[in-house]
Amino acid sequence: MPVTITPTGTEREHGRRVEDHDHGSGRRPPIDKGDKRTGGNGDGDNWSNRPQGRRGPRERLRTYRLGLFFALASDLMFFVAIVSTFFVAQNSGRFNAYNHYINEWLPTTIPPVLWLNTAVLLISSLTVEIARRRMFHEQFVMEEWFGLGRPTSRRAVPFLLATVFFGLLFLAGQALAWKQLAVQHVFFASNPSSHFFYLITYTHAIHLFLGIGVLLIALYGLFFSRQLETRQILVDCSAWYWHTMGVLWVFLFALLAFFQ
Amino acid sequence: MMTPRSAAELSSRQHPFRKSFLVHALFTTDHRLIGLQYLALAMVAVIIGMVLSLLMRLHLTWPDRVIPLHGPILPEDYLALVTMHGTLMLFFVMTTAPQAGFGNLILPSQIGSRRMAFPMLNALSFWSTALALVVLLASTLVAGGSPISGWTAYPPLSAVAAAGPGQGAGMDLWIASIALFAIAATMSSINTLVTVVRLRCKGMTWSRLPLTVWGWFTAALLSILAFSVLLAAIVLLMCDRHAGTSFFVPTGDLVNGSLHAAGHRGNGSPLLWLHLFWFFGHPEVYIAILPGMGLTSMLLANFARRRVFGYRLMIATTLAIGLLGIMVWGHHMFVAGLNPFAGTAFSISTIAIAIPSAAKVLSWLATTWRSRPSYTTAYLFSLGFASLFLTGGLSGPILAQPILDQYLHNTFFVVAHFHLIMAMAGVFGLFAATYYWFPLVTNRLMSETLGRWHFWLTLLAAYGCFLPMHLTGLMGEPRHYAQLAELPGSAANRLLAPTLPLNMHITISAVILVASQVLFFANLAVSWRRGLIASANPWQATTLEWSPALRAHSHPTSDGDLAPVEAFRRPCHYWSHHNGWHFLPQWDSADTTEPKSE
Repeated sequence: MPVTITPTGTEREHGRRVEDHDHGSGRRPPIDKGDKRTGGNGDGDNWSNRPQGRRGPRERLRTYRLGLFFALASDLMFFVAIVSTFFVAQNSGRFNAYNHYINEWLPTTIPPVLWLNTAVLLISSLTVEIARRRMFHEQFVMEEWFGLGRPTSRRAVPFLLATVFFGLLFLAGQALAWKQLAVQHVFFASNPSSHFFYLITYTHAIHLFLGIGVLLIALYGLFFSRQLETRQILVDCSAWYWHTMGVLWVFLFALLAFFQ
Repeated sequence: MMTPRSAAELSSRQHPFRKSFLVHALFTTDHRLIGLQYLALAMVAVIIGMVLSLLMRLHLTWPDRVIPLHGPILPEDYLALVTMHGTLMLFFVMTTAPQAGFGNLILPSQIGSRRMAFPMLNALSFWSTALALVVLLASTLVAGGSPISGWTAYPPLSAVAAAGPGQGAGMDLWIASIALFAIAATMSSINTLVTVVRLRCKGMTWSRLPLTVWGWFTAALLSILAFSVLLAAIVLLMCDRHAGTSFFVPTGDLVNGSLHAAGHRGNGSPLLWLHLFWFFGHPEVYIAILPGMGLTSMLLANFARRRVFGYRLMIATTLAIGLLGIMVWGHHMFVAGLNPFAGTAFSISTIAIAIPSAAKVLSWLATTWRSRPSYTTAYLFSLGFASLFLTGGLSGPILAQPILDQYLHNTFFVVAHFHLIMAMAGVFGLFAATYYWFPLVTNRLMSETLGRWHFWLTLLAAYGCFLPMHLTGLMGEPRHYAQLAELPGSAANRLLAPTLPLNMHITISAVILVASQVLFFANLAVSWRRGLIASANPWQATTLEWSPALRAHSHPTSDGDLAPVEAFRRPCHYWSHHNGWHFLPQWDSADTTEPKSE
């Protein structure tokens, strides 16, 4: 490690910690090579054995990721409940006064624009993944650690902006789909099937809307947060949220398109 | 040398209360203060809920009595009382106090952490919960008053505004409140889970986690699975009410004599709501009771000076109860038109819960068996928990059989069952926790004399109140009925006449039960300022929340030079030797090879 460079912006700790292999030159760079997760100083130096808060550069990131994972698991149960109800409603009928079996479910034909929307959302997943990976690109991170500007942010911003754009495009496409259905006089209240079409697309759109909000916060963070780790967390968590909403949409879209 | 200014800064950092209490309390992200806020909220809710239950009992016994400032209790008023009592107690007391209240207050230090994983999220979930409580209470003020469809909100009653008084704006507020609560509880549980997974101190392995932490952890797992399903159900219910759908209301349903069809398409089923609701509702009762079970294991061992019998088994049974808890929701629906085959399956899974539950009770008995415990109030309440859990639990396998449930489901037998096993046992857990952890918050002990009076009166009154309900239930006394006595000349009157003396007994016990809580609140108020000063570890506890390193910094300071925390062994490391018993706390680095136990 270069002993003369002591970056201050990325340091949170005040004192120097000899037991933490801190020799006064700042702590280790904020990267964590995939093949070596044990601390890097060899000879039994294991990040997991350090006190909480000093377990390597990814400690906070892992914490936030785990929180997001639980939140998404919980959210998944929301959609599991809605989709279960979809199948229950689809298969429930009644006998009328003439003993005829009545099932009011009239399958809603999805507007073809949903195919385009799906493609747009998948592309946005691609862009957000590129942005996410750029936040962890070792060379960029090292450059920043050396004090050479903020290459990570600079290189991730365009792709986050692209993701926001594609996200908005998807929402516009969904709005178009709702409009097309309205022209055909298919409204939320028209039919059990249309209830679900709207319910599912609305709730997913709300989630995506929140996702765009999170992406904007991440963008804000890229410009104004001094800590690289915070920026990595912001982009990483919004990216995983975005991916989940994308994958979820693929399933919901398949449900609406093929299981009516 | 420290300049006066830096000394002042230091003291203001150590005592944030001094700055401006209100501002600090509003914007705090300190987990301890948030825990206390949750407990205060639960206390408000429990006082209101208690008064409501008292009104219900008084009305059942003296139906013609007029309530001052209100007038006679009409049938819809009674149902509104049932609804608000259930909603307040289930959501705002039994979910918030053990899980979020004591969870925030105690959990981080029990795992050797000085904070929760997401402090901001923590504050957000508390204020959402507080807002949810305000919205719920606001339902009494709108036209029609509070909803009458119970805390379970069964449709069509809950789905149609015309179905009864309180089902209009009042029900909408109830729905808004519960939706908010569900989101807040999910956020709080995410925080709990991440804290337990990520912030354990060095040496705090999973098998060394105190059983209370396992209870909180399992309850939080259940919360994130269950509350989002409740949220989905509530969204669907809201659509039924306002968006012209019919997920839960069948076609051609007659509501108050008129056809509920106009503008609503689809052929819904109330059974669908029951499935969704109870998929949440059953895990919910385990969310309420699991922290108490963990606490009981720890406290019995603490005061009996024994190790927890079968520590790993207790972890396994906690998880098993959680797992089975999400597979048994159908047992609430035996009389609701459930497919009989499904009834059998749910019956089997329900009876299976008796296995881990019995293992827990046996562990409690084995832990205390032939020990020489110190009978502190906290210990008494833990024993009370075990007793009430056992008594309430014994009627579980009875109700788990569809054929018996056919008869018992809508009677007071069920009221007795769930009040003993969940409400009373849960509250005893909360009392034990309060008496036990009070010194941690105030550095003072609660009065043991008052505590003992409080315990014995509460225990006897609780049994006096809920045990006879088994009998009145078996005699056929229905629940949810606004009036049972003084129905002159009716067949119902003849049917219920034998239950009236017992009902009088139940009501008097309920009055005593509520009145004895005055002792508790008085004890809290007096001991807060004037209780005996507690020693650093007054109960000779072994868990980390009593460790000097964590107690010295009860408020978060900038993480400069905090003493490192490490766990060296499992909790409840007690053993007896020829000169009395000894203990090694989790934070003590002494060699673990202690003298052979006797």
